[in-house]
Amino acid sequence: MMSETSKERILSPDEVLRVENLKVWFPLKRGIGDFLKGIPRRYVRAVDGISFSLKEKETFCLVGESGCGKTTTGKAVMRLVPITDGRIYVKVPKTVAEDLWVLGADILSGNVLDLATVPDRAIKPMRRVIQMVYQDPYASLNPRFTVRQILEEPLMIHGIALSREERIEIIAKILETVKLVPPEEFMERYPHQLSGGQRQRVAFARAIIVNPKITVADEPVSMLDVSIRAEILELMEELKERFGVTYIFITHDLAVARYICDRIAVMYLGKFVEVADARRLIEKPFHPYTKALIAAIPEPDPENRKHYRNLRIRGEVPSAVNIPPGCRFHPRCIDFEERRNELSEHCTVKEPPMLEIEKDHYVSCWLYAKR
Amino acid sequence: MPLLEVKNLKTYYYTLSGVVKAVDEVSFSVEKGETLGIAGESGSGKSTVAFSVMVMPPPPGRIVSGEILLDGKNIVKMRESELRRKVRWKKISMVFQGAMNALNPVYTVGYQIAESLTLHGGYTKREAGERVKELLEMVGLDPTIAKRYPHELSGGQKQRVVIAMALALEPPLVIADEPTTALDVVVQAQIMNLLKKLKWEKKISMIFISHDLAVIAEVADKIAIMYGGKIVEYGPADKVYTEPKHPYTRLLLKSIPRLRGPIEKLEYIPGVPPDLRSPPSGCRFHPRCPYRLDPCDKEEPHLIEIEKDHYVACWLYAKR
Repeated sequence: MMSETSKERILSPDEVLRVENLKVWFPLKRGIGDFLKGIPRRYVRAVDGISFSLKEKETFCLVGESGCGKTTTGKAVMRLVPITDGRIYVKVPKTVAEDLWVLGADILSGNVLDLATVPDRAIKPMRRVIQMVYQDPYASLNPRFTVRQILEEPLMIHGIALSREERIEIIAKILETVKLVPPEEFMERYPHQLSGGQRQRVAFARAIIVNPKITVADEPVSMLDVSIRAEILELMEELKERFGVTYIFITHDLAVARYICDRIAVMYLGKFVEVADARRLIEKPFHPYTKALIAAIPEPDPENRKHYRNLRIRGEVPSAVNIPPGCRFHPRCIDFEERRNELSEHCTVKEPPMLEIEKDHYVSCWLYAKR
Repeated sequence: MPLLEVKNLKTYYYTLSGVVKAVDEVSFSVEKGETLGIAGESGSGKSTVAFSVMVMPPPPGRIVSGEILLDGKNIVKMRESELRRKVRWKKISMVFQGAMNALNPVYTVGYQIAESLTLHGGYTKREAGERVKELLEMVGLDPTIAKRYPHELSGGQKQRVVIAMALALEPPLVIADEPTTALDVVVQAQIMNLLKKLKWEKKISMIFISHDLAVIAEVADKIAIMYGGKIVEYGPADKVYTEPKHPYTRLLLKSIPRLRGPIEKLEYIPGVPPDLRSPPSGCRFHPRCPYRLDPCDKEEPHLIEIEKDHYVACWLYAKR
C-alpha cells in the first residue's frame, strides 16, 4: 500500500514541474572524411544532464553566459527542441489532461505527464499549460498583425473564446492587466507603433491570455533600456500575484535575478554548478564560477574606476562540442590552477558531484566534495 | 587648454517626415588623460554626438552649427580630405558598437588592422605587420590571431580586435560607443579592465558612451547625462553618482538593480522618450518628470553651475 501511494505521487502537491537528468544534444553534420575514418558522430551538448523542480508561484532563475544552455533548457520545457534524454514531469489541469489523453499522451496519476514522451501531435494543448516570452520584443511580434490580432490568435488556436465579441472582451481585459490603457486604442496599433517596453507588455499579454501555469521568460529585459527594465519586472510580479504563474526566468545578469527570483541555478556548459536561494547565492557563493560571475557585475559606484576588477576566471567559454574532461570549468578555474597538485587528480578526471553544502544550497565543485 | 572642446553642437537629421533634432546645443570638454562618460536612453542622441565628434554624422544627418575644437582647432570647418589625412584615426578614433558587424568578414583581422596603418599612418606593409602583432599583444590577444578571419573569433576577441584597431595610430582621443553592449558580463568586465589599463598606461583620453550607468562608472571621470538631444546634467563622476541633482539622473540611478545592499523597489521612468521631430516645449523631460514645476512646460532650463564643475539644467535649481 505504501509503495502504491508513493508511486502515485510523482510530484508533491506544491510542485508544478520537475526536470530529471534532462539532456539536449544537437548532432553535428558528419563529413565523408569522418565517415571513412570511422570518427563517431559528434554532438553539441547544449544541455547535459540537469535536474530541478519548480514550486507553485515560484520564480526560478537560470543564470549563465551565452552558450551555457539556459535558453535551450527553456525551449526543452516548451518542447521546442528534441529532447535527447531525461524526464520533464508537469502537472496539468484536468481539462487539458483529457485533451492530451485523447491525443495519445500517457497521463500518469495526479494529472501529471512526462513532457519528454508526449507525442508531437499532443503538444498543442500543452501550450495552454506552458508559455514562453522571448528576449527580443522587436522580433517576437508579427509586424503585420495589430495588437488585437496578436492576442486573438492564441484564443482562436486553443478555442478559448468562440465568438468575436467574447474574444475582444478577453483581449480588453488582458490589455488592462498589462497596463496598456485604454485598450481600444492599443488594439488597433501595430508593433512598430509601440515602444520597447510596451511591446514586451504585449508579449506578456500574449503568453498570459491562455492562463498558463508556467511561463518561460527568456531574457525579457535584456534588450530594453535600463530605465524601463524595472517596469517589466514589476509587471511580472503583478501577473504572478494575479494569475498564480510560475516563472522560469532566464538571464545572464545576477543583479536582475536578485530582484525577481526566489531561487537561482548557475549554469555552465550545459550543467548546473550551483543552485540556491537567490539572496544566499549572491551573498555567499561557493562555486568559483559563481564567484567570478558576481565579481564581473558592474555597479554604479564611481570608486570602481580607480582599480581593476579582480576576476578570478581565465579566457572564455569553450565550445559545447569539446567539453573539457572532469569538471568542465577547470580550464578557466583559478582555484584549480593555484592548487593544481592537490586537485588535479580530481578536477581533470571526474565530474564533481552535486552536493548539498548548506540547507537547500547545492554546489558541484571538488573544492567542497570529499576527495 | 582641453584636448577636445565641443561648443553648442547641433546635429540634425533631415528626414522626409521632418527635422530630427538629435543633438541640440550640446557643449562639453575632455582634458588630456580624462574619460568622459555619456549616458542616456536609446534615442537620446549619444551616438550622434560620437559620430559628430568624428565629423561624420550618419546621413541624413548634418552638423548644423557649433564648434568642435581639437587642440584649439575647429575641425567642423575642415575639408573632408584634410580630416582624413590629419584627424580621423590619427587624432580621434572610434570603437564601434557591436564589434561583430564592424569587422569585414572576408579579410583577416590582421589585414584590417594593418589597413588603418598603411592608409592613415604611412606604414609600409612589413612595418604594419610588425605593428599589428604589437597591438594584438597590447589588447591581450595572441599575435597569431592576425591570420584569422572574424568568424573564427569569439565576441570578446572581436571586440579586442576593434579596440586594437582604434589604438593603431596611438590617437590621443578614443571614442567608445557602447563597446560592451552585446557581450557577456565576464567578457564585459575583461574588456573594461583592458580599457582601464590603456587609459592608465597609454594616458589616452576617452569618450565612453553607454545606456548603462553601471558600466560607465567603471571608467568615467566625468559624466554627461543626455536626454532628448540635450545634456541635462554634467559633472565629475564622484558628484553625479553620489549626489545626482537632475530628476532624470536620480531616476536613472534608482532603476539599476544592485548586487549588494537592501533590495529596494526599483524605480522606472514612466512614459516614452520624446519624439525629437517635435520635442516637448520647455524642459524636454517635463512630461515624465515627477517634480514638475510651473515654468517647466513653458521655458527651457539652461545648464547652471550649482557647485564647482557640476552643471544641471533643471528649474528646481534655477533662480527664477
